[in-house]
Amino acid sequence: MPAVTETIEAVQSVTESGYKWGFETDIEMEFAPKGLNEDIVRFISAKKNEPEWLLEWRLRAFAAWKAMEEPTWAAVKYPPIDYQDAYYYAAPKHTKGPKSLDEVDPELLKTYAKLGIPLREQEILAGVEGAGSTPAEGRMPVAVDAVFDSVSVATTFKDRLEKEGIIFCSISEAVQKHPELVRKYLGTVVPQGDNFFAALNSAVFTDGSFVYIPKGVRCPMELSTYFRINAKSTGQFERTLIIADAGSHVSYLEGCTAPMRDENQLHAAVVELVAMDDATIKYSTVQNWYPGDAEGKGGIYNFVTKRGACRGARSKISWTQVETGSAITWKYPSCILQGADSVGEFYSVAITNNYQQADTGTKMFHIGPRTTSTIVSKGISAGHGQNTYRGLVRIGAKATGARNFTQCDSLLIGDLCGAHTVPYIENRCMSAKVEHEATTSRIAEDQLFYCRQRGLTEEEAVGLIVNGFCREVLKELPMEFAVEAQKLLQISLEGSVG
Amino acid sequence: MLRIEGLTAEVEGKPILNGVDLEVPSGEVHAIMGPNGSGKSTLSYVLAGREGYVVTGGSATFNGVDILAIEPEERAAAGLFLAFQYPVELPGVGNATFLRTALNAQRRAKGESELDAMQFLKLARERMKALSMPEDMLKRGVNVGFSGGEKKRNEILQMAMLKPALAILDETDSGLDIDALKIVSDGVNAMRGPDFSALVITHYQRLLDYIVPDRVHVLISGRIVRSGGPELAQELEAQGYAAVQAAA
Ligand SMILES: Nc1ncnc2c1ncn2[C@@H]1O[C@H](COP(=O)(O)OP(=O)(O)OP(=O)(O)O)[C@@H](O)[C@H]1O
Ligand SMILES: [Mg+2]
Repeated sequence: MPAVTETIEAVQSVTESGYKWGFETDIEMEFAPKGLNEDIVRFISAKKNEPEWLLEWRLRAFAAWKAMEEPTWAAVKYPPIDYQDAYYYAAPKHTKGPKSLDEVDPELLKTYAKLGIPLREQEILAGVEGAGSTPAEGRMPVAVDAVFDSVSVATTFKDRLEKEGIIFCSISEAVQKHPELVRKYLGTVVPQGDNFFAALNSAVFTDGSFVYIPKGVRCPMELSTYFRINAKSTGQFERTLIIADAGSHVSYLEGCTAPMRDENQLHAAVVELVAMDDATIKYSTVQNWYPGDAEGKGGIYNFVTKRGACRGARSKISWTQVETGSAITWKYPSCILQGADSVGEFYSVAITNNYQQADTGTKMFHIGPRTTSTIVSKGISAGHGQNTYRGLVRIGAKATGARNFTQCDSLLIGDLCGAHTVPYIENRCMSAKVEHEATTSRIAEDQLFYCRQRGLTEEEAVGLIVNGFCREVLKELPMEFAVEAQKLLQISLEGSVG
Repeated sequence: MLRIEGLTAEVEGKPILNGVDLEVPSGEVHAIMGPNGSGKSTLSYVLAGREGYVVTGGSATFNGVDILAIEPEERAAAGLFLAFQYPVELPGVGNATFLRTALNAQRRAKGESELDAMQFLKLARERMKALSMPEDMLKRGVNVGFSGGEKKRNEILQMAMLKPALAILDETDSGLDIDALKIVSDGVNAMRGPDFSALVITHYQRLLDYIVPDRVHVLISGRIVRSGGPELAQELEAQGYAAVQAAA
């Protein structure tokens, strides 16, 4: 049908200019020289004034990384990355508390404005003194730890959190102020040598968030990070560590946008979660980094290692992700279900349009008895997008009565995209129960026509149908994120109907 | 006023409409009857702008607007509503969300202000009550798991919310029980007025006892072969299409 070619061209023209957040902020950078070697690792550690044990920890990671090879098993293709041709450290200069927004670098403010961050939150993000002590009226307070390039620019709502004994700060600050906690937990969920990208991250991570929720405390607000990638050719190596002590509860939001640029940018974050007895961690991500132009050129490479350990009995870790951005997504948020009766959840929406590639899924390791896991994955492919769900459910011999339910649904838009489902199940326990369901569907012509007959444009119709398809996942997101996510789904599929 | 002249259309290269001439003045309700496969649904799809239904000749205007030249959603905003013979399921899309999105899309297209959640809910509740629909239908996925009759009633709810100027009802009566038939008919009759016209496609004279048409047309092989008053429907019921066509 000629209409197909026509709309595909329309998609390309829309998405080329359609990345709403394609801009670049010109803030003076303090760079480490290009390339990666032991000296750079030492430079980063020194720059951050780190204790000796952490430098040694990094150096061990670097040694492990040097001996490793980049993995090739994922269903993604990209030109070889020259790790010696990137900068591993860049910091914006103005990071100390200005008195008002007038004193804040206007470029930084422009960046926030383009991100659509309200003024009040801009103040907070920019670290204006006194801002953030009272939350904006009428909404659930959100504490924000902004990662602007590599250094955490500001951390907010600290006072309120401190009253509860909650620690929420950048990981560099935690290294200085709470070294015993960092040392106790860092790398215990994702060891330095876990995989190629995790090893790289462990060697050169610059910043990220640190959260500690004490025993029995229910965190009174959503904790949130705005991730931004900004300097040219600066790989981002975020390191996040969240610890929920016995009986505590926390919901953490991670959201990100990135400016448009020509060279592919590597992002290799590591997120570690630890949940003790009866603790719950809910980790939500909306990821909309620059996906590249219509030919797939220039987008972010997103190689992330996210893993949570349910160490305590009846603990629960729930991952919810909406992945609309990046040229390449390589990401498998996982749960290690050690504690008896612990619960792991993974709710995912991944969209690939144009030449985006996503290889994402989860791993659920059932170790303790009666552990349960739920996996709901919704993959949407449009244009030439390639979307792979890769999941592993491993049930150990001692996980008596363990249960897993997996549902993988794929939605195809157009004829040039692809969806793949690669579920691995390893069950060593007779009494465990594993269920897997998978479907692949298309947006039907009659659905589109039905919507348009009622007055919706084709794009609105696609948005509505896709949101319907993702409903089970979107309803897991905190309210504020759900709205943003719905908009994003629509934006990333603009005109992609064939 | 809907004016169709010499309209021809094909589906997958096969001519289905072979020169339809039809006028429905504002304020009037016309019925279209005809054997299976004669092109009734095709006519409704062509008027609503469904992809794959290719106009090969003739014209169709509504209140002077060349509706064949505009997008389906623009036709909807111009006041054209089609109650589908087979209403479509939209899994995961809440009925309320769908209704509100549609209503606001049309209001926007007309330069009117959008309804907020509260205003919408009030309106929807009122219209549902009139159609004896339980409120939990608002929460369910659009037509998902609805019975045949519920789907038809849901179409009429959408019509009642969107308040079109021209409604095409494609066999809205099939699948309805006796009570529902009456409720749905009341819903249509409630909309009748100088600015509302309707094309009612049906196989059964019974519906026309409730929605009394101003004119009845017989469509056979993609052409209107006979037109008349309500009595024509009775004649069809008694004698069948062959006799009626022979008499034409
Ligand atoms: N997509 C299609 N591909 C091929 N033929 C089609 C298609 N759509 C409709 N037709 C044919 O066009 C003719 C008219 O169909 P249409 O649905 O308009 O009939 P109808 O008058 O509504 O019939 P009914 O009373 O059974 O609803 C039929 O012969 C049908 O098979
Ligand atoms: Mg029909």
